[in-house]
Amino acid sequence: MTDNRFFNRSEFIGILVLAVFLVVILPLTLDVFRLNLVAKYLTYAFVALGLVICWGYGGILSLGQGVFFGLGGYCMAMFLKLEASSVENTKIQSTPGIPDFMDWNQITTLPLFWKPFSSLTFTIAAIVLVPGIFALIIGTAMFKRRVGGTYFAIITQAVAAILTILIVGQQGYTGGINGMTDLRTLKGWDIRPDHAKIVLYFFEVGLLFACIMIAQFVRHSKLGRILVAMREKEDRVRFSGYSVANFKIFAFCIAAVFAAIGGAMFALNVGFMSPSFVGIVPSIEMVIYTAVGGRLSILGAVYGTLLVNFAKTSLSETFPELWLFGLGGLFIAVVLAFPNGLAGIWGDYVQPRIDRLISSRKPKPDGWTDSSVADGAPAE
Amino acid sequence: MSDEANKGLLSPLRRKLLMGMAAVPAITMLPRASFAQAPATSAVNTTGLAVTDTEVTVGILHSATGTMAISETGSIEAEKLAIEQINAMGGVLGRKIKFIQEDGASDWPTFAEKAKKLLVNDKVAAIMGCWTSASRKAVLPVMEQYNGMLYYPTFYEGLEQSKNVIYTGQEATQQILAGLNWIAKEKGAKSFFFIGSDYIWPRTSNKIARKHVENVLKGKVVGEEYYPLGNTQFNSVINKIKLTKPDVIFTDVVGGSNVAFYKQLKAAGIDLAKQPLLTISVTEDEIDGIGGENIAGAYACMKYFQSLDNPNNKTFVPAFKKLWGEKTVIGDVTQAAYLGPWLWKLTVEKAGSFDVDKIAAASPGVEFKGAPEGYVRIHENHHLWSKTRVGRAKLDGQFELIYETADLVEPDPFPKGYQ
Repeated sequence: MTDNRFFNRSEFIGILVLAVFLVVILPLTLDVFRLNLVAKYLTYAFVALGLVICWGYGGILSLGQGVFFGLGGYCMAMFLKLEASSVENTKIQSTPGIPDFMDWNQITTLPLFWKPFSSLTFTIAAIVLVPGIFALIIGTAMFKRRVGGTYFAIITQAVAAILTILIVGQQGYTGGINGMTDLRTLKGWDIRPDHAKIVLYFFEVGLLFACIMIAQFVRHSKLGRILVAMREKEDRVRFSGYSVANFKIFAFCIAAVFAAIGGAMFALNVGFMSPSFVGIVPSIEMVIYTAVGGRLSILGAVYGTLLVNFAKTSLSETFPELWLFGLGGLFIAVVLAFPNGLAGIWGDYVQPRIDRLISSRKPKPDGWTDSSVADGAPAE
Repeated sequence: MSDEANKGLLSPLRRKLLMGMAAVPAITMLPRASFAQAPATSAVNTTGLAVTDTEVTVGILHSATGTMAISETGSIEAEKLAIEQINAMGGVLGRKIKFIQEDGASDWPTFAEKAKKLLVNDKVAAIMGCWTSASRKAVLPVMEQYNGMLYYPTFYEGLEQSKNVIYTGQEATQQILAGLNWIAKEKGAKSFFFIGSDYIWPRTSNKIARKHVENVLKGKVVGEEYYPLGNTQFNSVINKIKLTKPDVIFTDVVGGSNVAFYKQLKAAGIDLAKQPLLTISVTEDEIDGIGGENIAGAYACMKYFQSLDNPNNKTFVPAFKKLWGEKTVIGDVTQAAYLGPWLWKLTVEKAGSFDVDKIAAASPGVEFKGAPEGYVRIHENHHLWSKTRVGRAKLDGQFELIYETADLVEPDPFPKGYQ
């Protein structure tokens, strides 16, 4: 299995450990409420995973991943909201059969762009395609003109701000600042009771591992190596005859699609979607998850997301008035002391010990190292 | 965190004071209250809530951090004061109220998450909380799914009614109609200019106000403008106001935007002493930020002002200041938040049980004569009967009561002819 092109031995063990942790340990130790919280945290792990490819390997820092998370989430939420707004459920409205917020905003017919979302197949396609195509457009517009680095980050922020304003302003069509609430069933299957939460959790973990596998594949393929090369010395890659822009667009699109899947799972798990996940602040938070996990580490992204969100929940439960300071302190400490995040701590302190332990038992060290990516190399 | 509940009681002086002031509402509701033998837990709690022989746990769920903290802090303080006073009187069905405070962090999904935590993990008997409509909309499905009881303090847009919520603030018609009637009569107003923040509450409120102006008052709306939350540039709308010269400027701009709005209005030379302005979104709390000198002369339509002259309010205001400091001001929502724990206690005692279903059923008709705003009663639709009052902002940041409806106004969350 060490020659497998998807992962080397330590990565294989890492994925196995994560699988045991998510599939066995957490469901056995947590009650349904906490498990549902983990499911919510894991939706952000999709975004963090995308950022590892886009930012960690590709060196493209996007501060607007909330846009794609939101697009995916809204696509899913529109489907669920339509289903929850059957004529029978909404008979107290002036116009029954349309979502409640449309009724409050004096809209009397379902807008055209809502209609296709009554089909689940269309919705699933839209979850992947809408953010994917949107990222393709932004990416093409930016990277073909060789806009990169800080400028790109600023533009992604602007896009996040614009989309938030759009959603809030068009409240008759989007639910505005309240978002879309009270999502109930998926094809008649109630997503709210405990057993549904458990099913959704395992489904989400399955999707997450599928995305991890894609990320692993990208990382170990030639593509991943070009991304890293591009990050380190863009001009040299360009002069070698590669189209740098196309590779960047690809990395950006795949990050967008991952984020959108996360968003869609969020709408399912939480029963809720609102513009507060689209804006600048949540987008930056998502970058922080990746930074805490270690931006070069695929698995680190998952652990980072879980750790930050656990800290957020438990700190805010224990110190309702002071918790933000604690959380801020945690970020500063991590960035100052461990620039490569959790994965950096693991790679610098824990892994060497394990290696030494193994090599002391086995007299012949086989010399495998994590060679595919120069860990610890600066991103830009 | 729950220790905080009892901290204030340590001072014997304060306790004495509280006992004194608590006696005011107590006169009217003692019949089955405090010192009677506490009934057995198994009898008053059949659904596994956090009720023991000596304690009952409730939740407080507001934003202590984030942009809404400035508004919601008053509600947290009012609820803690009410709980402290109820405990000083002997609690509810012989049980002290213990509270668990959670931070919604001005983030709507966090509100939903924390509400679920309070209901599922902590099994609280009731939640006092939420402020913005968005947070309530996020929490509502959780309350209905896990059958919780929410006491929601803010004046809001209506169009909602739930078994699991008691709305202690006014719905839109209770706040707006009487105020418009008054200003139309008093100032002979015929033309109105509406300015609001762009979200559900101002839009619904203005919709109701427009129908009332056009259909009932036979007046005219000469402009209706919305600005995003947090907007600070109102120059263009102020120019439009100058051009259209409305008899009344009617505003529901919320939060920090108010500061910019009134300052720019003043800078543009619009004198609120001469140009009537009726706001449904500025309370004493907001004036704290706006500055009395920028808004003096404006009319506000509320159900409570800190300056109300009645015996209940005269004991409430000093008690609040004693606990939270001389400088705090008490706005409309803060008072409505104060009603939450009291109404819950009265309802529990009427139902003789902490069970949510029994409380929901017993709520209609529950009356609280000790309310700082005066007498209030819960309607069948879980909103409160309450008066509409118009106050005029003064330089010192307080309101002077100008007008109040003679009778309590019936809550009508789904107003016919206004939708």
